[in-house]
Amino acid sequence: MSEHHESHAPEGHDDALEGHIVSPVVYIIIFIALLIGTAATIGASYLDLHEWNPIIAIAIAVTKATLVVLFFMHVKYSPKLTKLTVGAGLFTFLVLIFMTLSDYISRAWGRW
Amino acid sequence: MSSATIVSLPDQSTARIPKTNFITKENGLLSWLLTGDHKRIAILYLISITFFFAIGGSLAGLIRLELLTPQSDLMATDTYNKVFTMHGVIMIFLFLVPSVPATLGNFLIPIMIGAKDLALPKVNLLSWYLYIAGGTLVLYTMMTGGVDTGWTFTTPLSTHYVNTNVLSTGLAIFIAGFSSIFTGLNFIVTIHKMRAPGMTWFRLPLFVWSNYAASILMVLGTPVLAIAIVLVALERTVGIGVFDPTKGGDPLLFQHLFWFYSHPAVYIMILPGMGVISEVISTFSRKRVFGYTAVAFSSVAIAVFGFFVWEHHMFIMGVSNYSTLVFSLLTMLVAVPSAIKIFNWSFTLYKGSITFETPMLYAFGFMGLFTIGGLTGVFLAATGTDIHLTETYFIVAHFHFVMVGGMLMAFLSGIHFWWPKMTGRMYPEKISQLAAVVTFIGFNLTFFPQFILGELGMPRRYASYPEEFQILNVFSTAGATVLGVGYLLPILYLTWSLKYGEIAGSNPWQATGLEWQIQSPPLTENFAEIPIVDHDAYDYEWLEKMELAKKQQEVSSVG
Repeated sequence: MSEHHESHAPEGHDDALEGHIVSPVVYIIIFIALLIGTAATIGASYLDLHEWNPIIAIAIAVTKATLVVLFFMHVKYSPKLTKLTVGAGLFTFLVLIFMTLSDYISRAWGRW
Repeated sequence: MSSATIVSLPDQSTARIPKTNFITKENGLLSWLLTGDHKRIAILYLISITFFFAIGGSLAGLIRLELLTPQSDLMATDTYNKVFTMHGVIMIFLFLVPSVPATLGNFLIPIMIGAKDLALPKVNLLSWYLYIAGGTLVLYTMMTGGVDTGWTFTTPLSTHYVNTNVLSTGLAIFIAGFSSIFTGLNFIVTIHKMRAPGMTWFRLPLFVWSNYAASILMVLGTPVLAIAIVLVALERTVGIGVFDPTKGGDPLLFQHLFWFYSHPAVYIMILPGMGVISEVISTFSRKRVFGYTAVAFSSVAIAVFGFFVWEHHMFIMGVSNYSTLVFSLLTMLVAVPSAIKIFNWSFTLYKGSITFETPMLYAFGFMGLFTIGGLTGVFLAATGTDIHLTETYFIVAHFHFVMVGGMLMAFLSGIHFWWPKMTGRMYPEKISQLAAVVTFIGFNLTFFPQFILGELGMPRRYASYPEEFQILNVFSTAGATVLGVGYLLPILYLTWSLKYGEIAGSNPWQATGLEWQIQSPPLTENFAEIPIVDHDAYDYEWLEKMELAKKQQEVSSVG
């Protein structure tokens, strides 16, 4: 039933539905980058960097996730609306992290 | 009651329900259980949420009966804990969250924007099945001993100290959460992609705007609840230590995660109700909603601000003093868009041709009770008064004023308003007006005394209380029985009207929405041809011209 409607969509530029063809070379490069990231995570876990250990691990994980979202999930080639949707999710996530941290960071400050 | 009415029904001696419609199109149980039609799925949802509302309501009745006397005499104290927990879980996750979006929203959003169905009909059906799976698990939990953590699953109680069915309840909410995500996702895609030609964003009915705002909250917020529940499950089963201080965790982290969803969740519950009120107020005062753009954007503003206020649930839990200050200020900001709505609805009434049909009575109930509920929320946002009032009956009263006085009134208003569209038949007007008034009186008698009880210091979630609180508790329990009658009546007369109600015709209220321009009940494909929209929402002059043109056409064709 939904296909019947597409022709009536006022925003008519359904780039995502037409699909962007990504060459296998790009996929292979990203796959290798992800493998390198995995190796780096394992390698970093053997070093004793104190508080930097989790920071480095999370930094590598975020980089890998970004690659997956941009290339494997085609967000890089998607219309602006899709990018905005992904951005909204990221924004909400940052609100969760930073507003929660506002509690943890300032707990030791005592009373205002 | 004013005798003036805008109801215009077809001649009952000749009127018939259209032979082909979404109800008669196919027959048999399977045609319902495997349907992709958004209207049929809405009906499935309506039946299911009414079932769970009845269970949740019965549990509320048990709570009020127990609190009739100061001693814990009707049930043991741990049973009482289970009863109020199950009441909360069922009412929040299985009734309030899906109430308006999954029933009225499902039924109406595609029609209101001029589409033939939602963008993802199968996902819509999957959403109902997930809801049923979640609901069944909740029933299983109840039958195998229940859970007694409160609907908030607060750690370390839920992770370390109770032996009740935390896991199965958590799984139920996890599954029901996905049902809500799918509904929200479907609405967002549909509203973006399937509006009829000419249906621009600022021609959308405000019901669509408010459901859109709620959908954003569902999609962005619900996953965080799912994560929080999974972490509780992992903490209970394998002791991962995220919420356990002895392993470097923090029990308050759970509350941060839980309320990050569950505060926006109250906006998921109330926003679609506000959409109903916009439609009803406009129709029964025959005026375009005053400040359409402001009302539309205030829905989005509530959705956005809703994510910045959650810590006000934790002011006395040991969070930092500085963050308390920030969250207190942010919480008070949410009052602004809510007030914008209330003021704009009031201005819509000003110099309107107001009539007092049942949906309008419920809408008036909503405006008054939601305002009280909202303003008492500001008391609780102020950190000083919060220390005194939190965890008392003041919280219970505040929450029920917003959710029952607000949302349930809006739901009933919407059900009555669109009943003729959904079923093709009118509900009986006089008895339903009586039900609206009974509900309003019963509600105030039940919950207003609880504000006073809270202010006097009666804590919530206890089966017994000091004797000096009994009088107000007796008032509250008496009110609950009146309220129960108020809810039973619509279930009875709406069922009656399915067979004996007057034939409604396509537009009994003379309303302007696209849903009123098609037959009742609608065809499976809603529109014989996709409409082209050339007028704003709530344009009563356009409607008048249309009616006139239709009459002239009839005259000329007869001639």
